[in-house]
Amino acid sequence: MTETAGPDRVRSTEQIGLSAREAAATPVPNATQAAGPRNAAQAAGPRDAASWARKVDRLEVDPRAGVRGTNVAGRRLTGPVQGFGKMWQKTYRMNAGSQIQPEVAIATWRQHFPEFWPKGNRFAGALTGINPGDVALLDLAIGGGVKLSTGVFVLYADAESFTLMTPQGHMFAGWITFSAEREGPEMGGETIVQALVLMRANDPLYEVAMTFGGHRKEDKFWAATLTALGERLGLPDPKVETKSVCVDTKRQWRHANNIWQNSMIRSVMQTLTFRRNKQAT
Amino acid sequence: MSAPAITMDVRRIGDDVAVVDIKGEVTAACEPMLMSAYEAASDGRTNRLVLNFEGLEYMNSGGIGMLVTLLVRANRQRQQLSAYGLSEHYREIFELTRLDEAITIYDNEESALNGVVK
Repeated sequence: MTETAGPDRVRSTEQIGLSAREAAATPVPNATQAAGPRNAAQAAGPRDAASWARKVDRLEVDPRAGVRGTNVAGRRLTGPVQGFGKMWQKTYRMNAGSQIQPEVAIATWRQHFPEFWPKGNRFAGALTGINPGDVALLDLAIGGGVKLSTGVFVLYADAESFTLMTPQGHMFAGWITFSAEREGPEMGGETIVQALVLMRANDPLYEVAMTFGGHRKEDKFWAATLTALGERLGLPDPKVETKSVCVDTKRQWRHANNIWQNSMIRSVMQTLTFRRNKQAT
Repeated sequence: MSAPAITMDVRRIGDDVAVVDIKGEVTAACEPMLMSAYEAASDGRTNRLVLNFEGLEYMNSGGIGMLVTLLVRANRQRQQLSAYGLSEHYREIFELTRLDEAITIYDNEESALNGVVK
């Protein structure tokens, strides 16, 4: 690491006592504004303080252009503990080569996240990219001209990774962590970009849907997303490896009544109501 | 993957309780170490596993995911998982992720061992 000279001399990370992780954890451009309230806490508290969202009990959302924006406001967040179905850990990995730095891959992903989604699906997040505490509204294509309206909450974001958590009614209860890191000889090898999903289907209906095609559809979704990111990073032929592990084969029947919040049922009803009203006018 | 900056020491309290003292950075990279600590703490008689987070210096979302995996393993063995020593910041993260609904949080070791939430 070199020392930088200038009007105000800047010391290297070694001289000011920063670890490599702290140096790498410097927020990406545009992340500082939204994470602002946490920055004061970071000065006095743990150094991960700015990376975590503040605690929320129920989600609040503002209308966003291009998405229906239903089934999110007032909902609680759900992790794997609150889900119904079997618990899965799914890993989607792409080798980005030695030329792409992990921080560059994550900054690009955070900044342009919606642009990498497969056609027909909409992610309406904050204009500044992915920042802790943001709520993004989603319209997902589920066939028959119906869009599943749901959302995600940005649970965590730093220069090396970011994590989205799902609300009640989403297809699954859990979180998705997007990360990039060096692997290989002495960590100077190649950059591996990864999406890791830890999830349970949210209710019995989703569990059936996931078993009969839902998992396959989700695998295609994230493989396509990683491929699009790889192309943006300039990779000539991005290849994505998929690995699924069933971490817990038990279903949590005490959470079967999550079905009352099912966003798929509600989205179908909202679509039918919208079409009927349109025909009436 | 980088070497995790963490230590995990297992202490036995009586026949059926084990405490894991966690010091350092909890990230996904320390999963093998946590699972080794879990193996050491689970000798067939252990029915309560207590995680001591007094020495926790840093935790990212990968670390939270790892705790969920630990929770699944403990549930499979019908073991109760609890924690103490969390700072206000990390207690909020447990509440935000709703992990506190499955891992009981105590203020200190004494209350954790007695099973008394203050």
